[in-house]
Amino acid sequence: MWQAIWLTLQLAALTTLILVALGVPLGWWLARSRSLWVEPVAALVALPVVLPPTVLGFYLLVAMGPNGPLAPLLAPFGLRTLAFSFAGLVTGSVIYSLPFMVQPVRNAFQLIGDGPLEAAATLRAAPLDAFFSVAVPLARGGILSGAILSFAHTVGEFGVVLMIGGNIPGETRTLSLTIFDYVETMQWGAAHALSAGMLVFAFAVILITMLIARRTGTPQT
Amino acid sequence: MSGVEARFIEARFKGSFGSFSLDVAFTAPAKGVTGLFGPSGCGKTTVLRCVAGLTRVADGTLKADGAVWQDADHFLAPHKRAVGYVFQEPRLFSHLSVLDNLQYGLKRATTQAIGLEPIIDLMGIRDLLARSTASLSGGERQRIAIGRALLSQPRLLLMDEPLSALDRQSKNEILPYLESLPRALSIPILYVSHDLTEIERLTDHLVLMENGRVLAAGPLTALLTDLSLPLARLPEAAAVLDLTVETHDAHYDVSQCRIDGLPFFVPGRLGPHGTRRRVRVRASDVSLATQQPSGSSVLNILPARILSSKTASPSQKLVLLGLAGTNGETRLLSSITRKSWDALGLRPGMALFAQIKGMAMVDR
Repeated sequence: MWQAIWLTLQLAALTTLILVALGVPLGWWLARSRSLWVEPVAALVALPVVLPPTVLGFYLLVAMGPNGPLAPLLAPFGLRTLAFSFAGLVTGSVIYSLPFMVQPVRNAFQLIGDGPLEAAATLRAAPLDAFFSVAVPLARGGILSGAILSFAHTVGEFGVVLMIGGNIPGETRTLSLTIFDYVETMQWGAAHALSAGMLVFAFAVILITMLIARRTGTPQT
Repeated sequence: MSGVEARFIEARFKGSFGSFSLDVAFTAPAKGVTGLFGPSGCGKTTVLRCVAGLTRVADGTLKADGAVWQDADHFLAPHKRAVGYVFQEPRLFSHLSVLDNLQYGLKRATTQAIGLEPIIDLMGIRDLLARSTASLSGGERQRIAIGRALLSQPRLLLMDEPLSALDRQSKNEILPYLESLPRALSIPILYVSHDLTEIERLTDHLVLMENGRVLAAGPLTALLTDLSLPLARLPEAAAVLDLTVETHDAHYDVSQCRIDGLPFFVPGRLGPHGTRRRVRVRASDVSLATQQPSGSSVLNILPARILSSKTASPSQKLVLLGLAGTNGETRLLSSITRKSWDALGLRPGMALFAQIKGMAMVDR
């Protein structure tokens, strides 16, 4: 049980880290670009929200398998497949939780508007400088919300993990899979304990996100 | 304005934004405040944004500060233009303290000629430094925003209706700071406004705009009193006089000033000897007499000459006057009835006396 909790936390932390690095620039682009590609890309990012996790997991499994389109990318690292490995699990989680990161970040950047960034430009800040010194700090609420939601979402995922990770103890057996195993093997007490823990965790996460939204939701001009 | 005055800005912008088309060309001198004046929606703000590089028109040329900022082949990014920009809203950075807001541009500037301390004193913001931006009033925020723009070491200050978002009280609180700017800093200012009172108080040169075009441009005093332009036809039409304060009569609380060698009295204390003050004299407050009146309560009776006139309405005549002894350089507008015009037999070229009631200049 502790092994599963530890593994889940590791997975969620790593996934969140990658998502922040990926989601902030992506959210910025979605918020500011006037490209025709904005909405198609936004739709693609949002897919995991509506797609059954098993469908996503299935395609990821095919893509990351030894004959999948991702296999040539793995070869230089001496890997045949990402399926049924921790790395594969991280990849799947990143894709699965991407909308939970990108949406709040995009909204936060949109909420800032042109005003502060134009002011920064007239105060000699180059675009990248203005991004880090004005845009990111002003969008910090959205970035934090996205990170917390991504972390929580990753902790709770089941379908994708089952499809691409299998159920290997210490490698891919996460919390939700462990609960499933407990129920399967009639260990109701253990299932209760883990489930209750998840319930409290989920409630705390939602509450914290809402508090952050309330504190940073009214930007001043 | 002498014709040899250095041109700091030479601008031409042409482009369309939806149904609005802009086609303007103007110059601005290296000294003083140039006003961009016109009704809302005439394109003044767009022009200012083009100068800052925040808006880009495909067909534009802009020479400023001895360099090309925009032409067919070049477009200098906004952050590389040495402009300070004061927006309608203060646009302070809410994640930074007041002090960090002030220093944002200062840290990124290549020179430090305009120091933090002088600007804090100039804008009267020392007491605000420790406060959070959210706790400031509208007027206080705009003073910080002006200070922040000045500290970015601009060679040109652009102000886009900096008072329009403020209530009357905050406006009156900031106006003296704005009036002191041109003297405190030796940089030219472009000032956008649709408020004639602000323009009269603050600017020296004027670019008059209408529907995305330049209607006229030139020295403020000439444009205000140009009978062929819409300014002189406004009900609040006025001329401005730049006075030098001589003495203050404490007994009657009247300041004796001088305008081009002529004595001129203004109620109230305008400042110590030598102070330069601008007063506006409404056309409707100037009456005319063909002979030096005696026993008149009017404080200022100035010898003048009729330069030209225009019938403004069936009952009203607008008269442009040049003060005697000033080669017609100092001008006044007078609005009188056509009946009086005919009764006195007035005509251009005639010498007469302009009477300005002193109390007309009390409420400025």
